[in-house]
Amino acid sequence: MNVLALDFPPVSHLFQWPAIWFEGTPYAVNKTALIYLGATIVTMLIFALAGRKHETLVPAGVQHVAESGIQFIEESVVMQTIGSEGKKYVPFLTTMFFFILFSNITEVIPFLQFPANSRMAMPITLALLVWVIYNVLGVKAQGLGGYLKNSLFPPGVPKALYLIVTPIELVSTFVVRPFSLAIRLWANMVAGHLLLVTFAILSATMFEAGGLGWVGAIGLSWPMLILMTGFEILVSFLQAFIFTILTAVYIGGSIHPEH
Amino acid sequence: MLNVLAQTGPEEVREGLKAIGAGLGYGLAAIGPGIGIGMVVGNAITAMARQPESAGMVRTTMFLGIAFTEALALIGFVVFILLLP
Repeated sequence: MNVLALDFPPVSHLFQWPAIWFEGTPYAVNKTALIYLGATIVTMLIFALAGRKHETLVPAGVQHVAESGIQFIEESVVMQTIGSEGKKYVPFLTTMFFFILFSNITEVIPFLQFPANSRMAMPITLALLVWVIYNVLGVKAQGLGGYLKNSLFPPGVPKALYLIVTPIELVSTFVVRPFSLAIRLWANMVAGHLLLVTFAILSATMFEAGGLGWVGAIGLSWPMLILMTGFEILVSFLQAFIFTILTAVYIGGSIHPEH
Repeated sequence: MLNVLAQTGPEEVREGLKAIGAGLGYGLAAIGPGIGIGMVVGNAITAMARQPESAGMVRTTMFLGIAFTEALALIGFVVFILLLP
């Protein structure tokens, strides 16, 4: 696309990476897959290193990161949404939080600069996993009949309104939830990547133009690029947090129903 | 106007209309969530100012509210991406 003499690459070029290894097979590995692999390894390493025996009581370094992460998930996610009986889900939620965070934060890491979650595959996989988990837990806690009754016929609604409420609840609980969970993460990452690319290309083009372009680049587009980079760090954290907290809310809603 | 449109090929007209639709679609999709998120955050700030000791709980609920409201804007954004050439 050519907008005002600015050579902007088509959207597909920004998100589709050529395969690096095993090209042509279904197991082709590209940059996205490598970032996911890296995020998995970093998450595992943090908790493996923090879990070793330590001589000192005061946590430092990696142990500190892991402990404050677990405490953060336990206090501001699980206790606020499920309550103290949800403490057994803390390991799952913490792992998911760190994995999503590490595959988001590559958006601003130099030379990587691609949020792996801006490809739909992993968000939808995680969302479907969450869908299976909260449905299974709901059926386990309330029985199949009780779970369906509580989620399709919410108590405290006038009888006649069930004609409208039940179809809405059916679609929103069992169909829309996983998709909205996945789309929220994916679209935020796509939007962030597009913003950063736009300002980076704008800055580069204006620097190349020289003269007045220098003034525009230094005064306008380059500070915006730095500002947006900071903003995207915030968004990476926030999206990982929101994905985790919504998972906790769904689990909490299915293990203890409204009365 | 119609004469001008008739001179260009139907393919170009379709591309142009797609671009207009994408831009307008995202703009329209952002209105409601914009107002909604403003209300959610504004009321959360009021609640936190009145009762600072409940700030933690209010903040968690506020992020939930934002997440649900924001979904509509993001669906509009997805349509915008899908309509781009």
